[in-house]
Amino acid sequence: MERIPILKMGPFLLVTIQIDLYDRLALTLENDLINMVSQTGARGVLIDISTVSIVDSFMGRILGNIASMSRIMDAETVVVGMQPAVAITLVELGLTLQGVYTALNVEKGMELLNTKLGDNLELDDEEEEDQDDRND
Amino acid sequence: MNTTAQVLEKNRERILEKWMQNQLSDASLRDDLMTNDELQRQSREMLDGLLRAVAKGNYDNIYDTEFEQVTDTLRDISITRARQGFSPRETGAYVLSLKQSVIEVLVEQRQDDTSTLYKEIMQLNNLLDNLSILTFETFIKGREEVILRQTDEISEISTPVIRVWDGILALPIIGTLDSARTQVVMENLLQEIVNTGSNIAILDISGVPAVDSLVAQHLIKTVSATRLMGAECIISGIRAEIAQTIVHLGIDLSNIKTKASLASALHLAFSMTNLEVRRTERSKAPKLTR
Repeated sequence: MERIPILKMGPFLLVTIQIDLYDRLALTLENDLINMVSQTGARGVLIDISTVSIVDSFMGRILGNIASMSRIMDAETVVVGMQPAVAITLVELGLTLQGVYTALNVEKGMELLNTKLGDNLELDDEEEEDQDDRND
Repeated sequence: MNTTAQVLEKNRERILEKWMQNQLSDASLRDDLMTNDELQRQSREMLDGLLRAVAKGNYDNIYDTEFEQVTDTLRDISITRARQGFSPRETGAYVLSLKQSVIEVLVEQRQDDTSTLYKEIMQLNNLLDNLSILTFETFIKGREEVILRQTDEISEISTPVIRVWDGILALPIIGTLDSARTQVVMENLLQEIVNTGSNIAILDISGVPAVDSLVAQHLIKTVSATRLMGAECIISGIRAEIAQTIVHLGIDLSNIKTKASLASALHLAFSMTNLEVRRTERSKAPKLTR
């Protein structure tokens, strides 16, 4: 059976959805992802949907579910790269994905996760130094 | 006894002369928009066609082939006049003054035979009325084309997405927001966010005359869609009366960042992206520091 790979990148999990999600696949993804969060103790989940062109209310709900479940397990969820047409569809369906962070692309999503979790991470100090450098 | 067509044919020049007189004596004649020679040429063409059609004995159906030339000329004239900005009265007077001249000539020629005169006048009256209806139809169609073209142009020019700063987009909305326009605005904005990789979008509604619950709903939708894309949306340009309407209608905008002016929205956008605008010591152009 088809599965969507879940990649571990430091404290984060990265999922890129590159095929159209049908209902069963979405449920499997939800299941796998939550298991991975509990196994790895990940602090953030980044879901890239930049190649997804079709969404329905079910898909919207799954994304919401993943976010809520991750939050209970102390991980933040960021959905990145949503296409304009997809965003419009979701809004028309009344799904505004409250509680899910969004970002324009993977890079910005990573940045967002870093700042959200910045307080508790070791990266924190280095980042501040970076910013200080830039100020000069 | 002469038929109507023959009588008219014989008096063609007189009719034309009277018609021109009628048209020229009209106080509302716009000689600034059209020269007299041009008017004379048009009128002669029109009269020739009309007489030819009448000679075939057709008084009823102006859509028959005999009338093709007349209707074509008339449509041409009406549509040109609509575009040139003639008033409906001036355009209508063109055909109606022809009717007057034709009837005047007929009355002169048929003084002895009132029953034939009556019949002829009724027929011609009917025919020319039909022609004047055609004139108005074409005139209004011409005007509507102008209006449609302008509507298209307005909706095209009224939704520009402006890049005000690196990563900050502004979208001034001018005119009423309806569903169709919201769709266009939303699509333009989201596409531009993707193209420029911007983090913040400012929707300026100072040009929106009124905000009702429907417009507010459209705005909320746009903001939600922007948020789904991963950008923040600020609504600016909320005038006092708009704020009053929103509160009176009980619309909840508490989840949306709102500012009174574009300037303060830009200020907020700067602070959200950790930017700062400072005046330089030597009062040169303001420099941005990170």
